[in-house]
Formats: sequence, structure tokens, C-alpha cells
Amino acid sequence: MMNDYDVVIIGGGPAGMAAALSARKTGAEKVLIIERDRELGGILQQCIHNGFGLHRFKEELTGPGYAGRYIKMVQADPSIDVLLDTMVLDVEQDKIIYAVNPKQGMLTIQAKAVIFTMGCRERTRGAIRIAGGRAAGVFTAGAAQRMVNMEGFLPGKKIVILGSGDIGLIMARRLTLEGAKVQAVLELMPYSNGLTRNVVQCLEDFDIPLHLSHTIVKVHGKERVTGVTCAKVDENRAVIPGSEFDIECDCLLLSVGLIPENELSRTIDLAMDSLTSGPIVDQFRQTSLPGFFAAGNVVHVHDLVDFVSQEGEIAGNAAAKYALGQLPKAQRVVDIEATGGVRTVVPQHLSITPESPESVRLFMRVGKPEQRITLVIESAGKMLYTRKLAVAKPGEMIVVELPADKVCECTNKITVSLVK
Amino acid sequence: MEQVKRRLSCIVCPMSCQGEVTLENGSVTGITGFTCPRGEKYAREEVVAPKRTLTTTVRISGAQLPLLPVISKTALPKDKVVDCARFLSNIRVQAPVKEGDVVCADILGLGVDIVAARDLL
Amino acid sequence: MTIPTKADVVIVGGGVVGTAIARELSKYDVDVVLVEKEPDVAMGTSKANSGILHAGFDAKPGSLKAKTNVRGNKLYREIYQDLGIDIKFIGSLVVATSDEEMATLNELQVRGRENGVPGLEILDKETVLKREPNLTTNVMGALWAPTGGVMCPFGATIAFADNAVVNGVKICTECPVEEIVVEEGKVSGVKTAKGFIAAKYVINAAGLFADNISRSAGDNSFDIKPRKGEYVLFDKTVANLVNTVIFPTPSKVSKGILVSPTVHGNLFIGPNAQDIDDKGDMDTSPDGLQEIIAGARKTVPNLPLHASITQFAGLRAATGDGDFVIKASDSVSGMIQAAGIQSPGLTAAPAIAEIVIGILQEQGLILTKKANFNSQNRHKVKFHELAHNERAKVIAQNPLYGRIVCRCETVTEGEIVDAIHAPCGALTVDGVKRRTRAGMGRCQGGFCGPRVTAILARELNIPVTEVRKDTTKSYLFFDKITDEVQSNDE
Repeated sequence: MMNDYDVVIIGGGPAGMAAALSARKTGAEKVLIIERDRELGGILQQCIHNGFGLHRFKEELTGPGYAGRYIKMVQADPSIDVLLDTMVLDVEQDKIIYAVNPKQGMLTIQAKAVIFTMGCRERTRGAIRIAGGRAAGVFTAGAAQRMVNMEGFLPGKKIVILGSGDIGLIMARRLTLEGAKVQAVLELMPYSNGLTRNVVQCLEDFDIPLHLSHTIVKVHGKERVTGVTCAKVDENRAVIPGSEFDIECDCLLLSVGLIPENELSRTIDLAMDSLTSGPIVDQFRQTSLPGFFAAGNVVHVHDLVDFVSQEGEIAGNAAAKYALGQLPKAQRVVDIEATGGVRTVVPQHLSITPESPESVRLFMRVGKPEQRITLVIESAGKMLYTRKLAVAKPGEMIVVELPADKVCECTNKITVSLVK
Repeated sequence: MEQVKRRLSCIVCPMSCQGEVTLENGSVTGITGFTCPRGEKYAREEVVAPKRTLTTTVRISGAQLPLLPVISKTALPKDKVVDCARFLSNIRVQAPVKEGDVVCADILGLGVDIVAARDLL
Repeated sequence: MTIPTKADVVIVGGGVVGTAIARELSKYDVDVVLVEKEPDVAMGTSKANSGILHAGFDAKPGSLKAKTNVRGNKLYREIYQDLGIDIKFIGSLVVATSDEEMATLNELQVRGRENGVPGLEILDKETVLKREPNLTTNVMGALWAPTGGVMCPFGATIAFADNAVVNGVKICTECPVEEIVVEEGKVSGVKTAKGFIAAKYVINAAGLFADNISRSAGDNSFDIKPRKGEYVLFDKTVANLVNTVIFPTPSKVSKGILVSPTVHGNLFIGPNAQDIDDKGDMDTSPDGLQEIIAGARKTVPNLPLHASITQFAGLRAATGDGDFVIKASDSVSGMIQAAGIQSPGLTAAPAIAEIVIGILQEQGLILTKKANFNSQNRHKVKFHELAHNERAKVIAQNPLYGRIVCRCETVTEGEIVDAIHAPCGALTVDGVKRRTRAGMGRCQGGFCGPRVTAILARELNIPVTEVRKDTTKSYLFFDKITDEVQSNDE
């Protein structure tokens, strides 16, 4: 069975749904979203806390509330097909997609344009090499979140969390509200990787200790986790001998980073950014392979779903134009380089087209926390943009809108950097 | 005259503004550092009567999922949040439920309704 | 679950040795019961080792290790397809980086020829680097053993167990042995936590605990000392770092740290060797991990540490004199030892089984071949290996093959259900993992773990809170705390 679509979107989370709606708005006639879970919404469905959608909907929604608004819009458009419970197995460079589900079996789908919106996955214990046994009770925070919020089970009753990323912080509060005791949150870095508001309302509100510059050196327990040995680390993140102490727990949750989910991107050899771990994209979110677009956490891990949706819209719009033969070819390509304290920037290059240019949003992350610095964007010695920042943290993305006339002027490489 | 200054991180939105509230004899006389009116309101409340929005789940029968996410319609007194969550852990509702449906009215007599955060049909 | 009250032969231990013996015995008309203390087979040494099909040049000529290694290597070639054991015959290299080590290679080659290992050859530097460009440039030469390979250690164990069950062997899990009961110098049965099994013959294949089992019968002739080995496993994306099993030149004390592809397309390094006392201690340690990383770098300097996906440790069941103990007990009639089976035990297992059958016959057990022995395991659906049209076919038969549960390894719900209901089926999340590879990939079960848990609960008809990770009490999830549950606790 062969199905033809203008735009096929792989992943029905916030990026994918926004991309589908935007592709339709731009004029794509047949749009398909392929989602592996039993419903649309992606990871939002398990993020039951509030704080979503302030930019987008001007109100503070829960994850399911935010997803629900998009799901209703998608369902209201009969030209957007949705395949649930369906996994994409393979994608070919000529935009043939092989997918599978229990009802229809093997599906072969031909797209004119493809958008990758697969999101991200969690780093695991193995990736960070914690010593000790392999007793039950070690989970990634996101897996535990799904069990607690969607399946109705607890991963433990006495919990230690390694990593102070937002999911770790949110789970500390969530498990406390469920009646579990969260013993401590440990963070390898000398600062929290989560939003400050989450440190306040998820830890401080419940007197949960946050140990910065600490790590776990050993997990104890033969059948079920019985405790962890923690230690302080120095500025090079090496364990300080003699600083070890034990914490009793029956569960260790890991919130040690998210990695864009790019298994499919690699099978078709998209050019990748080793720092974001996502594909290299231009301002239209087109990847190195024409007609393949990417948006959301698959490109770079975001803090705010609002920006994920926005990126989905950009990609959806451009993919529809590509499918309709209306996406202008780039006259020249201008690289954007992150230097001097800025670790990553998306998009990684601009495709300058003959059409009237539009303003471009740059999304950046710094390498380490900075105070009172200036963000500088320049090209060939010419200043394009500066902004003074009171604080810049790796956990909080910096977003800058580069005006259309500035984009148009650029002929050489653009650099973004921090200046004291 | 006793003057106290408290530094606060705003939790209203992900901007997490850092600000300072000045208290004189228990009443707020100055607020600085917050970049929006909502932040100022938060800071004023936080030093006098802190409040938090509660999100949790209740059990649901007859739906494709066993749990329904719920949210307090307005913020609850901070020191009552855990009690409310424990109370809700014993509640079971019947599908279908629409987003915004009241799951528990006037929880613990605090004058706040708990409502469904999504549809579950 | 009740267990049989009598048997002709009781096998103690469901590792690769015990299950290989069970499968070999199932060719004959005898009542065989295998008892295992854990909820699954392959839970001890058999689940965490290098997974190497050894060529057989290491062991001292004439030793049991040498004989069973070379014979076992040959036997696997005859049975692996029938049983569905994953093996890749990729060969192995012992790498030398000094004149002294080159001399050792020559000794190994001579020893190997004496042991009957075919095809051994010493390669020069240029040839070695051409085959293995990521080896250290200090390499001077290497011993090439074409019959070496990699295999799945727990896969072999499970395959033997499945086939044994199909042919009538009863496997009793979570059935720890308390005592081998001896009357007048003869075995009369086995006392287990689940009841007594009367039997005249007991085979002690209890791995790390074989000395305890033997002592319970009054035979104190050997001790087992656990020797820990730690490993790091890497993502499939870096498996092409080496093409064959890379050994360093062995020293007097150790075979050294290997760098090798796994049979399923990952890469691993390890093991170190550390004598310990606690037979349950499978912890990895920061020092141990550093030791194996440093050791592996001696042969392959550029290790892709960023791509490590997990670490684990296993215990070797070492005896004092180092050779296998495969013999009738000197003091207890009817007890046969298959103990001290450290490396190359995985390779040797089918040959050990042959020897044990011989000993049983010498001891007076009459063995007549079954007419209806089924030498083959049922063909398993491996969705990720199928072509698109074959996939469509299996989904048409069973729609559950159309639902991917483990996205890293492309494992379907159908395969997981098959694994749970196999002849020797999975009862735990790790049991599913070892049979299907669900959870073996780069996300290490982060995505599929909760889903596999739910499938186990459904198929075994138990609550989610009773699903276990691997061992008897390794429960994964708790009920939410409500007044209802709290009152039940009290």
C-alpha cells in the first residue's frame, strides 16, 4: 500500500502538531502525522504540572492542557491524517517512509517533504557510568514521570534524584505530593540546570536539600536499591576523596540530560551538530538534505514548549512551500558560529533567498553561567546586535530576533559571542 | 521601625526574575526587580501569605488511561498544598470528563475548586 | 507452583552448563528435573561474561579445559542453527607489542596446535593493521585464530533450556537447593525450598555455589572463589572499531582486557580480574572501570567512551587448581560434579554435557535414546531482521508484531509475548530483555521498561507491583500511597 502526502511529520508532539497546522495554513493539501504513542501530545501528556503556554496562549496551562489545545486544532482539520500507535522503521532519501502498526501492518508512505519532530530522550545511568550493582529502583526521571502521572505507580518511596534539570526538580515535587520522601537532589555542576522557579517551588517549598557540586559514586543494593554513596566534586568534576557520605533510599532517579532523538536522521546521513546533537538546519529548519526539515527537541533541547511549537510552525511552513515547489533556493549561505562563551546556536546557518527576507530568531545556550555580560552578534566586523544580560545560564536558552534588514546585509559568517 | 528586605526568585513564569521586597512592621513598603505586574503581585503575596497552584492526578474509571491530571483553579495556601494532594489521592472519578470539569469543589474548605486538566472520554 | 516429587536425575543450576546437560539428557528416556534458585536461567556467571567462542589455544594441553574448549567450539557449529543460538564466527587476534610478547605468541601457537585448534597463524604488523586499523601502532604481530568468535552467553543458555523443556525436562525456578540428601553414601534426593525431589543422581552445576552444594552432600573436595570481571558496553554506532575479538598477549596472571564486537553488533571492553569473597557482589567500581579502560587502551588506544551505554560485572567460578572439575564425586555415589567452570566454560558447555552423560552411564544410569527427540527450537520471529514483506506476513498472523515496544532495538510486542510464553519463558523484565533484546539498546529500557512491565503483568496475570526486574525480590514499582493502600499495609 502506497500513500502520497505533501508533508509527512514524524512525531506527534508539540513540534509535530504545530508543523502540521502550519503546513496546512501555507497550502499543503495532504498532511500526515505519524505518532508512536496511543494519542497525540508526546511528552506533554505526562507533564501534568503547569507553566506551559504563557507565550502561546497567554495563560498558564498544564502539559496535557497545552497538548489538548493543539490536538483539537489538528482533529478539526480533515486534511491532516494522524496515524497513532505507529512507528517509523525507515526513511529513505527519496522521502519514502516505512512505518508499522498493529492494525494496518507495514505502511509505505511517499512524501514530498518530511519533517522530523521526534523529540528527545533521556541520558541513562550507563552514559554517565555510575558504579555499583544493578538492583531494581534506578529509573530515568522521565520514565518515572510516566509511571506516576499516567500509569499510576510509584518508582519508590524514599528517593534520591541525581541531576537538577527541570524534570528532576519537577519529579522531586511530584513524588513529595504523592507521599514519597525525597531525600535529596544532587547536581554535579556548581549550579542548577533547571529554571530558578523550579528550584524554588519544587525543592525549597518542601525543604528538599539540593547538593551542588556533588555526584553519586556508588549505588547500593542487591535486589532493590538500598542507598547511594555521594561525594563532593572539585572544579574539574573529579570526586574529592574523603567527602563521601551515604544516603538511604529505595530509588534513584536520574535527570542527567536530554539527547535529541536522531536515529532516523543518521540513517539518511543528515549533517549533524555535535554540540546540539541535532541536525544542522537553516532558518527554515531545513536540514542538509533538501526537503527534510526538523523542529523542536530533535534539533536542540528547548526549555519552553512555546518555542518548540514556534519552531514547528517555521518548519511546517517551509516544508509546505517545498512540497508545493515554492521554497526559494538559497542565493548564498551564511554560517552562524557560536564562540566566546556561547555554546550552541540554532539555526546553524542562514539561507539567503531572493524573496523579501524575514527576521530570524536565533536560539542560543551559553557554556557556563555568566553574570553581567554582553551578547554580541556580528558579521565581518560589523555589529548586528548586542544585548546586555544580567545573568546567562546554560539551563536557560537565550532568544534573539535578528531584524530582516540585518539578515539581508550579511554576506560573511555571523558570529555570536559573550563579551565581558 | 523594623525594616526587613527579602530577596525572592519569581516563580510566575520561566523568566525567574530576581527581586527584592521591603517589609516594614510586616507590611510591604517596596518591591524592586520584578519585570511585570504579575511578578510584583507574586512577591507581595509571597512575603505575606504564599500561595501555590497544585497539579496532581486523581483516579478515573472508564477511560483509556487510569489517571486524570487535575489542577487547582486558583492558587492554594502554600502550607495546604500537600494536604490537598493527599486528599485527592483518594478520589476517583468516572469518565467522560472534559477539561475544566470540577473534580473536587471547595477542597478542604479552602474555597478553591480542583478541575480536570484534560479531556478523558 | 508445585515441583515434581521424584526424578531420575536432578540438575542443580540453570546456567549454561546445567542447561546444556539438561538438553543433552533430554535426548534419552529419563526423567530430568533442573532446579534453579533464581526466577530465570542464566542468572549467574552465564549472564555476565565476555560471550566469546574461544578457539582453544589458551589451556594447557591435556587439561579438561583444553579438551572441552576445542570440542565445544566444534559442537556449537553443529547445533547453533537448530537451537537458534546467535554466534558470529569472526575469529580472534592475540596482539603482541614487544619481543617478549611475540615469543609468547609462538608458545600459544604451539600449544594451540597441540590442543587441536585449526588454522592458527602468526600475522605480521602490516597484515594486522590492515585488518584492524584501530589497533595500537605499537603492535608487532598477532596470533590469528579463525575458529574464534562471539556468541550470546545467555542466549545459548536459554536456547538449551527451551529445547530441554520441549523434550520433557522440567525446569523449576526460584527453587533453591537446601541440601543434597545422602543415605549410606548414596544420593537419595534433593531438598529444596519448594519440597523434596527423590533422585538417585544429582548433577552439581551450581556455578559459584557448587562448593556449597557439594558440601551439603558431604563432599568438601573443592572450593569456589568468585573472581569478578567488569565490563563496559558501547553503542552499536561504534561497533566497527574492531572486526574481530582482540586479546592482549596474556601474562602469567591474566588473559588481559579484551576489545571485541558483541554478537548483536555492540562493542565491549573487559574484563578485569579481582578475587573477592562475596558470591553476590556484582557491583562495578570506579577503580575497576578505570582499570579496564586503561587495559583496553593498550591494544586499542582510541576508545569511544562517549558512546558507552552500560557497565556490568560478572563473577567467574574459580577453583584452586584452575581446571574444570568434571567427575563423579569421590565420596558420594550418584553425585556428579560439573564445577569450577570458568573461562572457557561457555564454549566448553556442550562438550562438558557429553562428558557428564558418559559419567552418568559409568555410574550405572541406563540411557536409551528417545525416538521422538526434537533437536530444534521453534523458529523465533526477530522482527528487526525481517524484510518488509516478511514483516507484513508476520503481522497478518499476529497484529502484536506490528507494535514496536523497544525502539532502540526494534523489538515488537509480539516478540515479547512469545518470550514470556516460550518453553522456558521469561518471568522478569530482564528475562524479556535477554530473550528479545528489549531494553538492551542505547536508552537501556528508559522508554520500553515501563511498557515491558505492563506486558508482563498482563501476560502473567499479576499486578504491576509484582513484576520484577530480575531476582526474586527485585520489584520495580509500588502502588500509589492512598488511605486505602496505607490501611492495607497496617
